[in-house]
Amino acid sequence: MKILTGNDLKTGAVVWWDGVSWSLHVEDAIDAGDQAETILAREQATRRVNAAYAIDATREEGGVRPAHIKERIRALGPTVRADLTLKPADPEAGNWVI
Amino acid sequence: MYKYDTYDQQLVDTRVEEFRDQVRRRLEGHITEDQFKPLRLMNGLYLQLHAYMLRVAVPYGTLNSAQMRMLGHIADKYDRGYGHFTTRQNIQYNWIKLEQAPDILADLASVEMHAIQTSGNCIRNTTSDQYAGAAADEVVDPRPYAELIRQWSTFHPEFSFLPRKFKMAVIASDTDRAAMRLHDIGIKIVRNDASDLGAAFYVGGGMGRTPMIAPCINPFVPLDRFITYAEACLRVYNRHGRRDNKYKARIKILVHELGKEEYTRQVEAEFAHLLTQGVEPPLAELERIKAQFTEPPFEVGISDEVDRSDPDFALWLETNCLAHRQPGYVAVTISLKPVGGIPGDASADQMRLMADLARDYSFDELRVTHAQNVVLPHVKKADLYALWQALDAAGLGTANLDRIGDIIACPGLDYCSLANARSIPVAQKISERLSPRSDEIGELKLKISGCINACGHHHAGHIGILGVDRKGVENYQLLLGGNEGADTSLGTITGPGFDEDGIVDAVDRATGVYLANKQGAERFLDTYRRIGMAPFKEAIYG
Repeated sequence: MKILTGNDLKTGAVVWWDGVSWSLHVEDAIDAGDQAETILAREQATRRVNAAYAIDATREEGGVRPAHIKERIRALGPTVRADLTLKPADPEAGNWVI
Repeated sequence: MYKYDTYDQQLVDTRVEEFRDQVRRRLEGHITEDQFKPLRLMNGLYLQLHAYMLRVAVPYGTLNSAQMRMLGHIADKYDRGYGHFTTRQNIQYNWIKLEQAPDILADLASVEMHAIQTSGNCIRNTTSDQYAGAAADEVVDPRPYAELIRQWSTFHPEFSFLPRKFKMAVIASDTDRAAMRLHDIGIKIVRNDASDLGAAFYVGGGMGRTPMIAPCINPFVPLDRFITYAEACLRVYNRHGRRDNKYKARIKILVHELGKEEYTRQVEAEFAHLLTQGVEPPLAELERIKAQFTEPPFEVGISDEVDRSDPDFALWLETNCLAHRQPGYVAVTISLKPVGGIPGDASADQMRLMADLARDYSFDELRVTHAQNVVLPHVKKADLYALWQALDAAGLGTANLDRIGDIIACPGLDYCSLANARSIPVAQKISERLSPRSDEIGELKLKISGCINACGHHHAGHIGILGVDRKGVENYQLLLGGNEGADTSLGTITGPGFDEDGIVDAVDRATGVYLANKQGAERFLDTYRRIGMAPFKEAIYG
């Protein structure tokens, strides 16, 4: 599947296209299919997202998993600071990245 | 240390307001990201893996306590309670909000700091010896000359759009503690037989994908002309540098392709021309700057003795303190490399503590080192035990300067959008595995980069590690034999790469080869240079 990601213009936070808006959580990401470029152009023009692009991902039992480790780190947070990730209470969350 | 005059302050304040307006226009949609990106980069604001990242300049690594305290304040108020000291003596914040960036720059300006030219194809922050003004072996304090370069290079119209970024380092001793020959221009201030001071120019060094050691193109440029000579070096580069290919755009490629002799010939011709143009700053300006780097009011006739009865303190004293040129004093390195920690990271509380300790024990001065530590340059020996106790209680008392646990590591794939692999977890695992044998292993400089850009200086590590991407999987190459300093050398790749655990094992085996073969007081590097790569390869790949 193709999912869309970028950064919030004001905060810089990593965000994912959920079909209506931009979510902080990759599990909300939807398959943009052949609409990726259209959505990216529209959303960047309205400044709802910054530096957005499409990436490959798969839908698995645990949710949406970006294909590349860099995007998985973006989705979770730094593997060396569990307290700064989106799942600070889950000590196993870092394993999902690797 | 240098104090801003009204021109410096006005320049920085004006820049803050200019950027505030640029941010407003971006947020309101009056300019696009393509238009805004070069503007934010010229103010040190990147868009990184998780958020905006702000790189703050620490000119030649020198801070006072108010500035360090402000860095802690920014970490708390605008970031997530910490900052990362870099290999260019700067500090980076990883979780910055664009809408708050102008306020951060305003706070920085209130303590005479900024983020100008910490990105872009311009002359970046000039680095220097972290022991400047304290080292017994320097011919002169190099910082006034670095400050003159800062003033000359800030907003220099001719050099604001160079073919690529441009890094300079200034030292003034035979012991090179700034990796001077791995810079675009390295300047070593020397004294000639007539006792005159001059600048030896080393041009065309660098790391990255094509590492090169800078050759000396002029061993003695009189100091009343050294800015003009630097201008000539840059002008030739600006004229002929490869703007067509980013990967061949650094000055090292130009010097290599032209050859040292031809590049030098062109620089000398340009220098002769520039001498007729009067571009050298007035000597009075250099004297004004030098007057602000006066020696602290050291106590004289004080004891050189230190009570070493506490073994942990004695080890730290032996490892982290450098002899000072002033009797009764030492320069203290505060390690930002606790065992298993993140190299170069410091919490806001730690920054405030270091600021307080600098105020109380080091004439209000601190230095950031290119090895990602912090130095208190002028500490009275009688104060060392109290200082160490305060540091140790805050997790800043690790005794590992230049040891296996004192690892340089770039932010890597945990933070950096350019990285191919994570650096920090590898550093943490090596630190945890081998720190218990730190005393046995002795001096060993290990440096890790998460990509070929080499921000972690892996080419110059006695042991270097380069993270690469192998079809989406992290892989780590091992290099041996690199070094910075007077005998600068570039590391050699041992062979096929390793996964994360494999590279830790490989480093372990390499140190084992060293310990099995060392003679006398040899360091790891000495043994490697004597016995060569073969025994290491055999043990690593066996």
